[in-house]
Amino acid sequence: MSELILKTAAELADSLAAGETTSVELTQVHLDRIAAVDGDVHAFLHIDAEGALSQAAASDARRANGDALHALDGVPIAVKDVLTTIGLPTTCGSKMLEGWVPPYDATVVKKIKDAGLPILGKTNMDEFAMGSSTEHSAYGPTKNPWKLDRIPGGSGGGSAAAVAAFEAPLALGTDTGGSIRQPGAVTGTVGVKPTYGSVSRYGLVALANSLDQVGPVTRTVLDSALLHELIGGHDPLDSTSTTTPVTGLVDAARAGATGDLKGVKVGVIKELAGEGWAPDVMRKFNESVDILTKLGADVVEVSTPSFQHAMAAYYLILPAECSSNLAKFDAMRYGLRVTPDGDPSAEDVMKASRDAGFGDEVKRRIILGTYALSSGYYDAYYGQAQKIRTLIIEDFKKAFEQVDVLVSPTSPSTAFPLGAKLDDPLAMYMQDLATIPANLAGTPGISIPAGVSDVDGLPVGVQLLAPVLEDARLYRVGAALEGAIGPVLSIDKLEVAR
Amino acid sequence: MTAVPDSLGLVGFDEVLERYDPAFGLEVHVELNTNTKMFCGCPATFGGEPNSQVCPTCLGLPGSMPVVNAKAVESAIRIGLALNGSIAEWCRFARKNYFYPDMPKNFQTSQYDEPIVYDGYLDVEVEGEIFRVDIERAHMEEDTGKTTHIGGATGRIHGADYSLVDYNRAGIPLIEIVTRPILGTGAKAPLVAKAYVAALREILLGLGVSDVRMDQGSMRCDVNLSLSPKGSGTLGTRTETKNVNSLRSVERAVRFEMSRHAGILDAGEAIFQETRHFHEDTGTTSAGRAKSDADDYRYFPEPDLVPVAPSREWVEELRASLPERTADKRARLQVEWGYSELEMRDVWAAGALSLIEATVAEGTSPQAARKWWMAELSRSANDRGVELAEVGVTPAQVAEVQKLVDGGSLTDKLARQVFEGLLAGEGTVAEIIDARGLAVVSDDGALGSAVDEAIAAQPAVAEKIRGGNQAAAGALIGAVMKATGGKADAKRVRELILEKLA
Amino acid sequence: MPEITRDEVAHLADLARIDLSDAELDHLAPQLQVILESVASIQGLAGDDVPATSHPLPMTNVFREDVVTPSLTPEQALSGAPAVEEQRFSVPRILGDEQ
Repeated sequence: MSELILKTAAELADSLAAGETTSVELTQVHLDRIAAVDGDVHAFLHIDAEGALSQAAASDARRANGDALHALDGVPIAVKDVLTTIGLPTTCGSKMLEGWVPPYDATVVKKIKDAGLPILGKTNMDEFAMGSSTEHSAYGPTKNPWKLDRIPGGSGGGSAAAVAAFEAPLALGTDTGGSIRQPGAVTGTVGVKPTYGSVSRYGLVALANSLDQVGPVTRTVLDSALLHELIGGHDPLDSTSTTTPVTGLVDAARAGATGDLKGVKVGVIKELAGEGWAPDVMRKFNESVDILTKLGADVVEVSTPSFQHAMAAYYLILPAECSSNLAKFDAMRYGLRVTPDGDPSAEDVMKASRDAGFGDEVKRRIILGTYALSSGYYDAYYGQAQKIRTLIIEDFKKAFEQVDVLVSPTSPSTAFPLGAKLDDPLAMYMQDLATIPANLAGTPGISIPAGVSDVDGLPVGVQLLAPVLEDARLYRVGAALEGAIGPVLSIDKLEVAR
Repeated sequence: MTAVPDSLGLVGFDEVLERYDPAFGLEVHVELNTNTKMFCGCPATFGGEPNSQVCPTCLGLPGSMPVVNAKAVESAIRIGLALNGSIAEWCRFARKNYFYPDMPKNFQTSQYDEPIVYDGYLDVEVEGEIFRVDIERAHMEEDTGKTTHIGGATGRIHGADYSLVDYNRAGIPLIEIVTRPILGTGAKAPLVAKAYVAALREILLGLGVSDVRMDQGSMRCDVNLSLSPKGSGTLGTRTETKNVNSLRSVERAVRFEMSRHAGILDAGEAIFQETRHFHEDTGTTSAGRAKSDADDYRYFPEPDLVPVAPSREWVEELRASLPERTADKRARLQVEWGYSELEMRDVWAAGALSLIEATVAEGTSPQAARKWWMAELSRSANDRGVELAEVGVTPAQVAEVQKLVDGGSLTDKLARQVFEGLLAGEGTVAEIIDARGLAVVSDDGALGSAVDEAIAAQPAVAEKIRGGNQAAAGALIGAVMKATGGKADAKRVRELILEKLA
Repeated sequence: MPEITRDEVAHLADLARIDLSDAELDHLAPQLQVILESVASIQGLAGDDVPATSHPLPMTNVFREDVVTPSLTPEQALSGAPAVEEQRFSVPRILGDEQ
């Protein structure tokens, strides 16, 4: 194993700039690491060694000419398999899209290509991003590198595990109800859900359009800031893309690293604690709150009463939107086609293909969403859920009148054993209790490692939330907290070690 | 589901009206002639090779997203204003969810309970009587792909072995204009329905927002019809006849469904709410899809698009730039052209107003333009059951022919033959004149001998002319024209006769 | 408490064009009932005075100029198709009428 893989993306960028290494070398050591451990971790669905090395060679050539495109030019990255990539399969973890190769790049993929980051491959995920454990991938689960019989979180367990196992210094994830932050929490990595609309969704295969957001998955707050600034910005191909830029993230991360939080008001969310929250998680969380106080922050408790209804609203809005989004997978234009015996009609082929191509969780949500949108139920369910959404936005507004950022545990427990909640959808859904409100309100959130549990030695995450477009606050407070807590993830703590 | 008789015999039209009041409504889909599609930058033009005008968005590829075409919104607002409608201050797109292979996403991005245009009306005239057609709404949506059915006997959907889909048309902007039920038209129901569609087409042509070619599908009508017991003031169960694609068919579809409904109601049966297909060849309808659960379209606001909130300034700007209102224009042109009330009404009813206007704009006199459009060309359109605008002759061609008549190189009789050629698709005006040998003979040599022959054949007439009776020349002119097969320049013939007999 | 019966799940699956087997229906229907009971807790919580939020950020009027941009090539468009004929997507015979 090369020690290079232990460096952060910012350090790798500096090494490249200083001529101490090359992109080809960096890319190769990560490909070697993938070859060594991904058989155990299964973070990747597709590995593009050839493509990554050729992008790396091009990066080195640019750098030799003094034409580096970006600070991260040449630093390899992994991409969640829900983002379209020209020439690379994009399956969304589903049999439905096995072998599908998109003819276009997602805007964020285009941005990382344009900045010169070699793409190592596509990472595993719960099918169509539905799940909190990556066990709903049609291609088998990803394992938590800390303990291989544990889940890596979901839906973006692949991206989080790849970064946690040092298979990639950076990854892209997507977060609809916590799919970046919850895997971050249970793998000891940093994950950010940016303000809704501040990173383009064009080319992100939609789960729930009004909730989805692309974001960075990294090992440090500064690395997230670097990647976040790279992928953000207005995109005319995404009608919901904000025109107000989210800026100053890297500066905020560097400022936070000084450890001074004097004058910063932090609100502890009263509703995201208590019953259902593991005591070891709460102990680590409370330590983080104490640290914030020590760093000079003014910590108060705030109440957001509507948050208790967030999960119900979410599990009506999301299934409704995804039932419609996933209708396009009908075996007519692309994807799996199953032709039943006899003389089947288009309708028969659609039904058979959708039954064969979708897994249980996808079917559950499609049916629930179809129900919620049906005439006669719309007002009681979908309409009501959208009103709850308004109440949650109002709760956030009131809270942010009192404090600059909100804080809560990211996930109610540490990584649970594979299979533990597979047949209990509600228990699985509870994983996202703390992360869902930000998606409903469009506000940004970050999960950073708070330490390891005193019970099972597995990582615990702490979540910070900021007002819409104030993503920089997450980086300032997050970097300060990260510095005070000290490193949580290290290769020696992993079951997949050197 | 119990078997419902499709028809229990047709009741004569007059008899229907003795017992029932008809109510009808129209849903008209208009394809806009924007450069690009509703939600992506693919060309919205016809005729590209299959699947060459598609992108991730209009092909519904995973991950793609829509962006609204500003010009389509502008066209929708202009249509709304021209139809005396209100323009929503805030409205959204919604998804209409249903599965069909010609729909790339298996939902149509449309508008549901928040249309951009609402509460409009259009006054239409039938036989001198004005009927107000209330327009409930007009909304924006996207077209579907085009399906070709392969195998089977008929090339139709039923009995086909499989189908081929071309998505070039998918995503072309559509405006759907929906009327309220139109009551109280009685025997004139079929004509009012037709007149409404004709008036709507005139307005859309004037706005320049669509080609409005019913024969090419850029304007498509669905006709709703119901009957209620005479004088009851209620609304009966309706049927929806789809894709009625000519003005004449609109009239026929209303008429046929009235007769069919009456037959069923007379037998004491109930009308089955369903969609029906119109058959151009027979003028009849047949049962289509029954209204069912499948019509639970599960509408919800399109989360990938943000609301459309046209500023009042924009709306007023568009209002100020609207073309002249049709009624005003009709009145103005009647005066300008010197037509009688009756002439103008016929012109209007024939859908010839824009055509004559365009012909006059090419330099033809209003009288000559009316003559050709209302006689030769209208007759041909009627015979073939097509709209005048789609008869196959353009205003420019009419003007070209009339210019030749005015210049003396065609007679009216020869001009008629040119139109025959144009209608038969024989080529350009010049090609037809050439191929059919229709040029007027004005060459003195050729005419001279024909004149000599005519004089020789009718010495008594010649004597009268020599005696100063010029009016008698007519008989000789007629003989020369006959001898030359109508190709002689009558004016020159007259001059030659008078010269020779001076 | 709302109820989502096995028959209703079968009907919804039909609307959603998923050919669920009997075994799947047996398995999914009770799970859906549990989920529905949980989410049904929000019924009636917010009154008429609370507006619905369909977009998290209040934006309006995002338009595109009516200018042609490059399309895919037919080869790209058809590259993922299960069956192609005459540069068109080949689909099995269609039962229903067009909408």
